[in-house]
Amino acid sequence: MSETHDKTIVCRCEEITVEDIRSCIAKGFDSFDEIKRVLRVSMGPCQGRGCKDIILREISAAKKMPIADLDPGTVRPPVKPIKIGVLAYGEEAGK
Amino acid sequence: MSEKRTADAIIVGGGVHGAAAAYYLAKAGVKDVVLFERKYLSSGGSGRSAAGLRQHFGTEVNCRLAKYNLECFPTLEEDLGGELNLEFTQWGYLWVAYADSVLNQLQKNVNVQQSLDIPSVMMTGDEIKKKWPYFNTNEIVGGAFCHMDGHINPQTLTMAYGYAAQKLGARVFHYRPVEKLLAEGGKIKGVVVDGEEWHAPRVLLTAGPWSTPLAKTVGLDLPVEPERHNLLVTEPVEVFECPMVLCLDDGAYFKQLPNGSFFLGRDDQDEPRTTEVGNSAKFLEGVTKSVLKRFPGLAGVRVIHQWSGPYDVTPDHQAIIDWTPIEGLWVNCGWSGHGLQFGPSGGRLAKEMFFGEKTFVDIHNFRLSRFAEGDLFPEPAFI
Repeated sequence: MSETHDKTIVCRCEEITVEDIRSCIAKGFDSFDEIKRVLRVSMGPCQGRGCKDIILREISAAKKMPIADLDPGTVRPPVKPIKIGVLAYGEEAGK
Repeated sequence: MSEKRTADAIIVGGGVHGAAAAYYLAKAGVKDVVLFERKYLSSGGSGRSAAGLRQHFGTEVNCRLAKYNLECFPTLEEDLGGELNLEFTQWGYLWVAYADSVLNQLQKNVNVQQSLDIPSVMMTGDEIKKKWPYFNTNEIVGGAFCHMDGHINPQTLTMAYGYAAQKLGARVFHYRPVEKLLAEGGKIKGVVVDGEEWHAPRVLLTAGPWSTPLAKTVGLDLPVEPERHNLLVTEPVEVFECPMVLCLDDGAYFKQLPNGSFFLGRDDQDEPRTTEVGNSAKFLEGVTKSVLKRFPGLAGVRVIHQWSGPYDVTPDHQAIIDWTPIEGLWVNCGWSGHGLQFGPSGGRLAKEMFFGEKTFVDIHNFRLSRFAEGDLFPEPAFI
């Protein structure tokens, strides 16, 4: 596994690579909440389902801290994206 | 770990005002500036803000400061080092009235703005319909619009100020909550963090609604209270530069962000008065119903997530920017929901006050003693 110059996409919603995550951590934005706000990871439609574990692993490696000791950020409702029309008037009316 | 626990100035709170103050002080040559933030920069009210930028205010001092903010924003990303994308846009800000009395107040506000060369204009319902055909303008009696106003990313704005301050030598500590302030013989002495004393001759309190309990630790009463507000964001759709639209019947508002997403928000008087940032389930139904009435075309756009954050509200919905009766302790808080955009002027004022300079705008109205004197100066244009 390449340690540097890794172009593997971590966040598919925002097309953020492993390299982007590592360089963000190196700049001092080294908590999940900060990386999220700097790179928009986990702010897209997947809400971090695809990327969060990988990012936490990168932070853990960089800070030499167990993942269990890292703040994983907040999971916010709704769990899955819902159309505005459905939220306002229900499933039938939202069609 | 041994760290130098003294400073020329200690800033309590890493919201936009604390981070901007750190930047302006460090830039002005103050050698040892220390900022303590309880979580990460922007984690309080700042980063949770809808981050509208506007010059629509009804009091002259706010208009003057807002004008300065809008002078700073176009080059701010570059000025702060260009590391973070501030997502600054100027797609305009529209205040919509549904009653004549509200329209009259907008007219008064616009008169103040125009007297200070802010390019706000009044619009009729027909003019609004013509400019933005996708709005439902039924029941609208008119509005006020400023094309220079817009949006900025509140989180990267705050972090960029902190990052730039650090590059200039300031020490910015994350996840280090200040437990209490320290004063002795009527003078500020420093703060307590992690059970240890940090000493400085000057301490700036910029902790939003958390300022109130912190000020109490040195016997100072601040009439600043938390008030929770909710917001949601949608998936990105095609960018058509929808301005910030604020509906002055039930306080609903919406705007498009540079990536195409929409922010939707709405007032709710029943929300708890707390800094606790939980989510209100009923918010989703209320805000989507209200916004769909004004903009039916959004029905098919998906909501991605909701969140909440606290305003720091004062009795007249105006900030408190002043030296306190405790020598060396000054405060900048109580912005009552419109504070994020005042980061540039708040930071500049903190610097000018630190050096005892004449402030670039007369801020006498923001003094702390106005509450005891009963000399409030209510801001009519608050959300």
